[in-house]
Amino acid sequence: MSEQTLLQMEGIRKSFVGVEVLHGVDLDLRAGEIHAIVGENGAGKSTLMKTLAGVHAPDEGTIRIDGQEVSFHHPAAAQAAGVGIVYQEFNLLPDRNVAENIFIGREPVRAGIVDRRKMERETAALLEEVGEASFGPRTPVRWLSVAQQQVVEIVKARSLNARILVLDEPTAALAEGEVELLFTLVRRLQELGVGVLYISHRLREVFALSDRITVIKDGGVVKTLNTAETNQRELVNLMVGRELDGYFPERGAKDDLGDVRLKVSGLSTALLRDVSFEVRAGEIVGLAGLQGSGRTEIARAVFGADPIADGTVEIDGKAKRFKHPRQAVKAGLGFITEDRKAEGLALAQSISDNMLLAVRTVMPSRKRRSTPGLMTVKELAEVTELRARGPEQEVRFLSGGNQQKVVLSKWLETQPGILIFDEPTRGIDVGAKAGIHDLIRKLAKDGVAVLMISSELPELIGMSDRILVMHEGVLAGELPGGASEPQIMELATGSAEVAA
Amino acid sequence: MTVVDPSESSPGTRAAARKERVAGWRVGVLASPAAPVYGALIGIIVLAWIVVTIDGGEFLTTGNIVNMLQRSVALGIVSLGQTVVILLGSLDLSVAALISLSSLVTAQQMDGQPGNVIPAILIVLAMGAGVGLANGLIITKLRVNAFIATLGMALILGGIIENGWSGPQGGVTDAFSQDLGYTRFGVIPMSFILFAVVAVVIWFILRSTRFGYRVYAVGGSEDVSKLSGLRTHRTIIGAHIVCSLTAVITGIFLASRLKAGTPTVGLDGGYDLESIAAVVLGGTALTGGRGGVIGTIGGVFILAVLDNVFNQLEFNSFVRDVVRGIVIIAAVAIYARRQEKKA
Repeated sequence: MSEQTLLQMEGIRKSFVGVEVLHGVDLDLRAGEIHAIVGENGAGKSTLMKTLAGVHAPDEGTIRIDGQEVSFHHPAAAQAAGVGIVYQEFNLLPDRNVAENIFIGREPVRAGIVDRRKMERETAALLEEVGEASFGPRTPVRWLSVAQQQVVEIVKARSLNARILVLDEPTAALAEGEVELLFTLVRRLQELGVGVLYISHRLREVFALSDRITVIKDGGVVKTLNTAETNQRELVNLMVGRELDGYFPERGAKDDLGDVRLKVSGLSTALLRDVSFEVRAGEIVGLAGLQGSGRTEIARAVFGADPIADGTVEIDGKAKRFKHPRQAVKAGLGFITEDRKAEGLALAQSISDNMLLAVRTVMPSRKRRSTPGLMTVKELAEVTELRARGPEQEVRFLSGGNQQKVVLSKWLETQPGILIFDEPTRGIDVGAKAGIHDLIRKLAKDGVAVLMISSELPELIGMSDRILVMHEGVLAGELPGGASEPQIMELATGSAEVAA
Repeated sequence: MTVVDPSESSPGTRAAARKERVAGWRVGVLASPAAPVYGALIGIIVLAWIVVTIDGGEFLTTGNIVNMLQRSVALGIVSLGQTVVILLGSLDLSVAALISLSSLVTAQQMDGQPGNVIPAILIVLAMGAGVGLANGLIITKLRVNAFIATLGMALILGGIIENGWSGPQGGVTDAFSQDLGYTRFGVIPMSFILFAVVAVVIWFILRSTRFGYRVYAVGGSEDVSKLSGLRTHRTIIGAHIVCSLTAVITGIFLASRLKAGTPTVGLDGGYDLESIAAVVLGGTALTGGRGGVIGTIGGVFILAVLDNVFNQLEFNSFVRDVVRGIVIIAAVAIYARRQEKKA
C-alpha cells in the first residue's frame, strides 16, 4: 500500500431543508487502498459519497484530490477529476448496449459522428482487462444478470480513468459466488493504484477486503481504524453504540412445531424440477442457493405469480393451485418480496395506505368490520416498532428498515398462516436487522409457517430451524439449523453432488 | 468463506451469451423494432387497395399515390420532431399552434415580394428555435412537466394568433407556393423531398451524433444520465428546439400549399395529437428511450393510407375517428405484448 494521500475530505457539512445530515465529516483515502465505510442506514454514508460525486454540493468543508482543492457542481466535474461511483441502484440503461452505457455522455466522435467502432473496441479491451468474457460490447444491458451489470458499472468507472472508486453496497444484490468475483476485480483495481471507498453492511466482507475502516454514525465519523487491529464485535459496537449480545433470536423448541401448513410435492416449472418440502406452523425454514438457483422461483410458483408445470401445493392439507396471487393472499399466504421499492410498496403513498393495501383488496370493508383480531395502523406500528412521524408520512421518506416494517405490517393485517420472505433484510442496517429478525421469530412463535429466502448465510444459519439448499432448479439438500457455511455452499455450488 | 470456482458461469451468464449469439444472425431489417410497423403498413395498403378497388375507386394510381404522399408530408415532418422529444421522454403539445403561427408569419413576412422569401423562412425558423428554447427552458429550469409546459405554450401561441389575426393572411408569393407546394418529379412531389430530407437529417442525428445518443440516454433514464455526468438540460432543450423547428417547417410548407397563412391550419389538422399518435404507432415508447424515426415514418404512412381510404369510401368523420382510435390502441397493445415477451 502506498502512503500517497489521494483524497482528503475535511469538515464536510450538509443540510437538507434545514436538517443537518453531515456534521463535519473528515475522511481520507490513499492510492491503492481499500477503505471501507460502515454505518447504519441513514448514518450519512450515501450523502457523503454524493458530495464527493458532485451530486450534492457540501455546505461547508473542503475536498482535496492530490492536495488540490476541488469543488464539483455537477457529476461530470467529479468524473473529470477521477471520481467514479457505482451506486447501489445501478445506473444503466436497459435498452442500450454495454458499449453505449459505458460511454454515455462522452461518446467518441470523429468529424461530428459517433465512432461506434472505437467505442466497441475500447469496451472490449476494458472487459478483457477485468477478465470478463461472458458478454460483449454489443450485448443489451437488459440481458445481463445483476452481477454482470455490476461489472459494466465498474468498467464504466474504470474507463473514466477513475482513481477514486466508490462502491456503494456492491454485494447487496450478489450471491455468494459472485461476491468472490467482485473481490478479485476490486483487488485488481487496487493493484493498479486505484483508491477504493467500499461501503457495505456486511462486516465479513469489510474484513476480507479492506485496509482501513471508517465508522460513520448519525452524520459524523466515530472512528477510523486499521482493519488488522480491530474485530467484528468492536465494529458493531461502534456502529450502533451499544453491545449487541447475540445477533439472532432463539430458535423455536421442538414442541412449538404445529401441523404442516405448506406442503409442496414434485413442483416443476420452467426453472424448477421436482421440488418437494414442507413447512410447519411455528417453523422457520431457510431457503439457500446462489442467484438464479430457483429460490425466488419457488416462492413465485407457490404464490401463483408464475405458472406451475407439474406438482402440487397443499395449504393446511388442502391441494391448491393459485392462478393469481390474489387467490394466494385469500388463502392466507403472504409474500414479502425481494425488491421492496418496486414490488412491495407504493412509495408515494402514506404508511397507513400501504399497511392496509393487501387487506383492502382481499376483504370487503363490511367483512373487515366484523373480523376479529384486525389491528389498527397504530397497533401495527407498535407491534413492528415502526419509527415514523405519523401514519400519513409517505413511505419513500422512511429508512430501509422501517420500509420493510411497513411491508410486513401489510401482510400481518391479512392474518396470514404462511409467510414467505425473500431477502428480508437486504439493504437494512445492523440495528434494524435485529428488529426484523425478532419480528420474524415472533410470528413463527404465534403459529405462522415461515419460508425465508436469503443470500446472507449468517442470517439463514442464525434464523432457520431447517435450511433447504437449491442448486440449478433442484433441491440439492436439507440441513439442520445452525449448519455451517461450507456445508451450505457445497450444496449450493453442486460440489457435494458427487459425495451424496 | 467458501471460494467458488470463478470459471463456473451462472445460468444467467450463459443465457445472455446465447441470446447474443441468436441476435447475431437476426440482424438487419427483421431485428429492427420498426419491422412490425412496415408489416402492418403493407397489410393495410393491400387491404385498402382491395377495398377501394371493389368500391370502384382508384388506389394504386399515380394521382392517388401523389395525393397520399402529399398528405403525409405535413404530418410527417412534425412527427419527426415529435419523435425526438418523445424519445427523450418528453412530448410537445404546442406544435399545432406553432404550425398555425408559422404559416401566418411566413405569409406576413413574404408580403408578396419574391426577395422576401429567404428572409421570411429564416425569421420563421428563428421563431421556431425560440419557441423550442422556451419550451426546453420551462421544462428544465422551471421544472414544469412537459405536458403542462407545452400545453401552456400552445395556449400562449393561440392567444398571440387570436390577437394578431382574425382570418387568413395573404402574401405567400406565387413562385414559392408553386415550387414547394405543387412541383413534382414523376410521382414524387417536391414537398415529399423536403420530408425525406428532414427525415434523413433527423435519422442521422439520432443514429450517429452525440446529441442523438444522449436523447436515447436521457429518455432511458434522466437520473442515470445525470449521474453518468451527462448535462441533461442541454439535451432536453436541444430536442425541443429540433421539435419546434420541424413544426415551423410544417407551417412553411402548409403556407405554400394554401398560398396563405391561416390561424386554424394547425389545430384543424390536429397536428398535436396526430403527431404523437404517428410516433406511438411507429413503435416509439411514450416513456422514452426506445424507438426511432423509421417507425414514425411508417406510422405516418399508415395514417395517410387510412385517411385516403376514408375519403374514397366517403366515411363520415365518426367512423373515421373510431377506426383510427382502434388502430392506435391495437398497435400499442401489440407493442406492450412484444415488450413483455422480450423482458
